[in-house]
Amino acid sequence: MGLLSSAGLLGKLNLQAIPHDPITLGGALSVVGAGGLILLYLLYTKKLGWLYRNWLTTLDHKKIGVMYIIIALAMLTRGMADVMLLRTQQATSVGSSHGILDANHFQQIFSAHGTIMIFFVAMGLMFGLINLILPLHIGARDVAFPFLNSVSFWLFAVGMILINVSLVIGEFSAAGWLSYPPLSELRLSPGVGVDYWLWSLQIAGLGSLLSGVNFLTTILKMRAPGMTLMRMPMFVWSVMGSMMLIVAAFPILTVTLLLLSLDRTVGMHFFTADMGGNPMMYVNLIWSWGHPEVYILILPAFGVFSEVVSTFSRKRLFGYTSMVVAIMAITVLSFVVWLHHFFTMGAGANVNSFFGIMTMVIAIPTGVKLFNWIFTMYRGRIHFTTPMLWFMGFVVLFTIGGMAGVLLAVPPIDFQLHNSLFLVAHFHMMIIGGVVFGYFSGLTYWFPKIFGFKLNERLGAYAFWCWAVGFVLAFTPLYILGLMGATRRLDHYDASLGWRPLFVVAGVGALTVIAGIGFQILQFIVSIIQRKQNLDTTGDPWDGRTLEWSTPSPVPVYNFAVTPVVTSRDAFWESKKLPKLAPIYEDIELPKNSPLGIYIGGFSFIFGFGVIWHIWSIVPVGLLGVIGCIIIRSMDDHTEYVLTAAEVEQMEYRNHKLRGKTV
Amino acid sequence: MTKLSAAQLAAENNALVADEAKATLGFWIYLMTDCVLFASLFAVYAVLHKNTVGGPGGPELFSLPYVLVETFVLLTSSFTSGLAMLAAHRGDRDKTINWFAFTGLLGVIFLAMELSEFATLVHDGHSWTQSGFLSSYFTLVGTHGLHIAVGLLWLTLLVAQIARKGFTHSTMKRLTLFSTFWHFLDLIWIFIFTVVYLSSGVNL
Repeated sequence: MGLLSSAGLLGKLNLQAIPHDPITLGGALSVVGAGGLILLYLLYTKKLGWLYRNWLTTLDHKKIGVMYIIIALAMLTRGMADVMLLRTQQATSVGSSHGILDANHFQQIFSAHGTIMIFFVAMGLMFGLINLILPLHIGARDVAFPFLNSVSFWLFAVGMILINVSLVIGEFSAAGWLSYPPLSELRLSPGVGVDYWLWSLQIAGLGSLLSGVNFLTTILKMRAPGMTLMRMPMFVWSVMGSMMLIVAAFPILTVTLLLLSLDRTVGMHFFTADMGGNPMMYVNLIWSWGHPEVYILILPAFGVFSEVVSTFSRKRLFGYTSMVVAIMAITVLSFVVWLHHFFTMGAGANVNSFFGIMTMVIAIPTGVKLFNWIFTMYRGRIHFTTPMLWFMGFVVLFTIGGMAGVLLAVPPIDFQLHNSLFLVAHFHMMIIGGVVFGYFSGLTYWFPKIFGFKLNERLGAYAFWCWAVGFVLAFTPLYILGLMGATRRLDHYDASLGWRPLFVVAGVGALTVIAGIGFQILQFIVSIIQRKQNLDTTGDPWDGRTLEWSTPSPVPVYNFAVTPVVTSRDAFWESKKLPKLAPIYEDIELPKNSPLGIYIGGFSFIFGFGVIWHIWSIVPVGLLGVIGCIIIRSMDDHTEYVLTAAEVEQMEYRNHKLRGKTV
Repeated sequence: MTKLSAAQLAAENNALVADEAKATLGFWIYLMTDCVLFASLFAVYAVLHKNTVGGPGGPELFSLPYVLVETFVLLTSSFTSGLAMLAAHRGDRDKTINWFAFTGLLGVIFLAMELSEFATLVHDGHSWTQSGFLSSYFTLVGTHGLHIAVGLLWLTLLVAQIARKGFTHSTMKRLTLFSTFWHFLDLIWIFIFTVVYLSSGVNL
């Protein structure tokens, strides 16, 4: 049709798409440079083939988990670089000075910051940890559908690549992290920025949806014999809640993104301000995904804290049943609060009261959980390790942020604070204080299980204190500024308002957080260098309670040489009291590696890039490529290999010898 | 082939049963996600169906007898896929392939009728760009059509697999999943028929 004839062979793509101004150019060069350096290193050390064979094509849930976490940590540094630009702008762009960024660039950066932090940092850390630990937690050898798991990962990776390509070729969306129409419609955002946003999220979102199906099936069908639902570790319950939410909420995101793409690409009228479109419908749809999404992220973090607090208090988790009820209550209630994101829409007093009350109600199960954790610590033998520090920081900061949330749930107050920095402070407090602290805690806690040595505790504590202090410094001023009337997404303000000192303090806070990230990087480096001193020879470095600690560290490819039989909660803790039986090994079937996951990722990249730039010639290539890969996979009947009982015995023997034990 | 002991056979069988149970549950969960996807599209249609911006609405555009024929074609295809599954469980390969071929044929007829309805609308100047109502109509009905197309591709591959390999554990598993999918699309169509077409005749 019209767009087919008007577009050339390269669609909208031309030399103008390469960045020209110094800051964007710097960003683009650092992305290209970092990628190039890694590639050169791999070529130089001839590791490319090794990487491809052992990692990129793997179907092993542990390796996939590690790859998720690497991407998430890399994206965390990108997101923090964006933060520094935003903080510098807001601290300097006062009165006659206009700071370092123009308005459009500023908008692109805050849009990218939000999108990257939620979709590629928080989601990445979450899926990383779930992949690493969930099968181990339930005594399984893999997830339900290992190949699907690899596809999910590669779709996530392609979403991440697309969003970073936008830095080098073209531009990113300047319409905020949720791209509200009519601003995000073609008339007001004619560039490719919003399309990058749409397709990056669409592809990554499909990956998350498939992961949701995969992990839910894994939990329901692959638990070790004897592990009834009420004997599952709390982390598994929390992941189950989170995956139920993904399954029920992510299709709404798929539809919403699809409809906005149809508006922008083929001229439909779903969310346009004219021709019968309805922009507020978009806001409703995106938040009926978006609010559950918040709980999708936080529930597994709650699960991590439940494991950490009971391990390091040397006590059973307090109030197991009430914890399960609270998780399920949050899962259900998270679907009836979405309207609190736009009380100002004008839905009327009755509707607003309903959603306001529901929002306050959801604070109750969350409060139950907090008290359960505190009671778990009560009269326990608390060990102040790094995972525990993150937990305690969380208890304080999350509670403060949560109180601010209950305040915002009151519609008349929300009318005052809507779209102010108060809101920004609130949700950062929940997401950093809850989600990020949770996953950092889990990362330090489970690191020895995956890599075989502990992380340096001292540097971990330094990192924690920088994060905690920097975080308070960065967001307390925003609460105050919000109450003073400062709106979010502000690239310039009048000097007479007197806001500047507070913005400067917030900037110092952000710098302190960056110092925390610096300590974390240092922690990784130092721990790797000193790994001999911190070697985990027992497989159980923290005196753990759950099944993953019954395996040697690092976990062998088959996870459990003998499938464990569970007779109670805290299965491993209980089994420590019993005499050990001589193991009887059997043949183990494991999934073979497959390159088709990365091919599917590659073809989806071609598809996404083609749609973004209207290069219609390559779009069918991408689409048919994906379909072809799926067909090839479906014809392969030999997707597994067998480790014989003798091989398993040998590997176990070697593990025991490494650990200096006799069998 | 090496001979397996009775215990090994039993273990093998258990593994296959567990594998099938996983696939079935996973597929049902996927179907539920698809259900949410369609529910969102139905909600969008419900919000936008009166936004015709002066253009024609459902009563002027839809021909109920035509859609009724379409509906019966699809319902019959669901019935024949059921007959194919019965034949498959009896182990009758020829009948299975025949009934599935018939199912596929009906699916193609349904899709052709839908596309021709779309083509007529566009030809008469009522494309998706005309109004919010038409955007949501084309997207809702078109998404169902896209699912049917994917189902037809899947069916073709499955029939080819049965023809080549016969009834193995993996082909039987896939046949069951396919027939679930096909019935599910039928169910969605009943909702489309009711919400989009039938209610256009009633003044809501």
